[in-house]
Amino acid sequence: MSSKAPDVEDLLTRKYQHGFVTDIESDSLPPGLDEGVVTAISHRKREPQFLLDWRLKAFRHWLTMREPTWATVHHPPIDYQAISYYSAPRTSADAPKSIEEVDPKLLATYEKLGIPLHERARLAGVAVDAVFDSVSVATTFKEKLAKAGVIFCSFSDAVRDHPELVERYLGTVVPPADNFFAALNSAVFSDGSFVYVPAGVRCPMELSTYFRINAAKTGQFERTLIVAAEGASVSYLEGCTAPMRDENQLHAAVVELVALDDAKIKYSTVQNWYPGDEHGVGGIYNFVTKRGECRGRNAKISWTQVETGSAITWKYPSCVLKGDGSVGEFYSVAVANNYQQADTGTKMIHIGRDTKSTIVSKGISAGHAVNTYRGLVKVLPNASGARNFTQCDSLLMGSQCAAHTFPTVEVRNPDATVEHEASTSRIGEDQLFYCLQRGVSAEDAVNMIVSGFCKAVFKELPMEFAVEAQNLLSVSLEGAVG
Amino acid sequence: MLKISQLRANVAGRNILKGVDLEVHAGEVHAIMGPNGSGKSTLVQVLAGREDYEITGGSVVFDGADLLAMPAEQRARHGLFLGFQYPVEIPGVNNAYLLKAALNAKRKAAGLPEVDAYEFLSLIKAKMKFMGMDESFLSRGVNEGFSGGEKKRNEILQMLVLEPKLALLDETDSGLDIDALKVVAKGVNSLRAADRSIVLVTHYQRLLDYVEPDRVHVFADGRILKSGDKSLALELEARGYDWLREGRVA
Repeated sequence: MSSKAPDVEDLLTRKYQHGFVTDIESDSLPPGLDEGVVTAISHRKREPQFLLDWRLKAFRHWLTMREPTWATVHHPPIDYQAISYYSAPRTSADAPKSIEEVDPKLLATYEKLGIPLHERARLAGVAVDAVFDSVSVATTFKEKLAKAGVIFCSFSDAVRDHPELVERYLGTVVPPADNFFAALNSAVFSDGSFVYVPAGVRCPMELSTYFRINAAKTGQFERTLIVAAEGASVSYLEGCTAPMRDENQLHAAVVELVALDDAKIKYSTVQNWYPGDEHGVGGIYNFVTKRGECRGRNAKISWTQVETGSAITWKYPSCVLKGDGSVGEFYSVAVANNYQQADTGTKMIHIGRDTKSTIVSKGISAGHAVNTYRGLVKVLPNASGARNFTQCDSLLMGSQCAAHTFPTVEVRNPDATVEHEASTSRIGEDQLFYCLQRGVSAEDAVNMIVSGFCKAVFKELPMEFAVEAQNLLSVSLEGAVG
Repeated sequence: MLKISQLRANVAGRNILKGVDLEVHAGEVHAIMGPNGSGKSTLVQVLAGREDYEITGGSVVFDGADLLAMPAEQRARHGLFLGFQYPVEIPGVNNAYLLKAALNAKRKAAGLPEVDAYEFLSLIKAKMKFMGMDESFLSRGVNEGFSGGEKKRNEILQMLVLEPKLALLDETDSGLDIDALKVVAKGVNSLRAADRSIVLVTHYQRLLDYVEPDRVHVFADGRILKSGDKSLALELEARGYDWLREGRVA
């Protein structure tokens, strides 16, 4: 017809907003990986012997492993010798003690990302352990947390100040030999966050960390460990954006959560790594191992994730429900556009009696993307009274994308209840036209429809994150309707 | 207000509109009647800017502008409203949210300030009361789980909030019981004004018992076969459509 509807392609090809590079000299190791590199990382970080030994053991095991091939993702072989395994901003030599001391260029970078650190600190009451490349550069609200007895610091600081806690819990949820990427991370992890909430303490504020890859060809290998002791509770927020790059960047993080008796951990992620351009060039390879263990009775671990970025996402935040009456939750929105590949889901392992798990997964595919939900619900023989509810919905935008669902259910206890619901739908021309006819732009209409689809997950996010998540969706979804 | 000249359109390669001529002046209410499959719904969808229709000829002038040159959302902002025959469900998007976005998109296009949440609520609550709707409706998903009657009522409510210059109501009366029909008619009548036009697409006379049309058109085989005043509707009710078509062939 002679009139032209808003060109969806235009909206689709909107450039990645956070694609900029800060000009800061990096103190990096040359590319390559051997025991010398592992040792050098450990030495640079002045780590105790136990940790170096742990790293080396992981590295030796990694050498015997092969990259997993079961995921529905395709990428050229990764040359692990072409990657530099350590990079720290130069300015970290005399580490800033307050925000005023932080390199203004770093602050400007946060500014561009929409993270006004000082303002955020003052207004939102959020402690920010900001990881820039590999070294933490600013930590706020430390005192308030210290008063409550909460330890929230960079992983390096934890190794230095609380080695006994690190040694006690590190690798107890995700052992170094767990999988190829976890082993790699264990050998070369650079930094990350550490949280310890002592018994009976409710963490007085949301904890939030921003990760950002900045140095070219530097894989980032964070290690996060969160421990909530008996009756403690904590909510942790993680958000990522990365600058535009032509070369693929490897990201292999490990996150371990430990919840003891009656403890609660809520872990929320908004992930927006650079997804590559509209032709599928560049973008982050995100191979993450996230797992939480409800080690005590009535413990609860809840994962909420909004995954919009990365060329490849390989990620299965899981819960091991060991303690009787413990609860695991997984709420996920995964968006894949252009040539993105997302293979994500969760594992709920019911070991204790009367354990309960909930899975709500919303996958959105657009462009030529492939979006896979891969889930496992496993009920072991002793888990009498275990219950699981799973809901997996896929939304397709356009005709070139694909959605797969691989739910696996293994029940070895006759007393368990497992429910599964799944749906696949397409953003209807009808829905879109209805909104257009009311005067709403195509872009807003798609955002609205998608947000509606994701509502069950967004409502699990802390308020300020829910807003950020909505914004991210609108950036990554680009009104992708064919 | 609306002048359609020799409008032709295809759907999936099939010729559906075969030269439609229609003129609707400001302040008038027109009814378009006709058998199933005659192209009535296609006509209003084409006017509203639905994409999957291919215009093969003709022109449409709406309020001084070339309607066919505008994308759908601009037509809406310019004051064209389509009450859908089958309003679609949009799960998770609440009614109030969509309607506020729609109202503000229109106000923005007209250079007016956007209404804030407070103003919007008081506006919509008054209209809902007028339409006999429950307030819980505001927080429900757009048409989500609505009965047929609720969906139609919602269409009229949206129309009342958006105050279009030209309202096209596509079988808004179908599937309504008599009480719902009266409410819908009340909504439509409340919008009648000297600077506004309403086009009702309907199968039945019964809506016209409550909303009195200035002109009635019989639509068949992709064009308007006959036009007249409200008595034509009564005649159609009594004699059906066949006599018209036969007359044409003869």
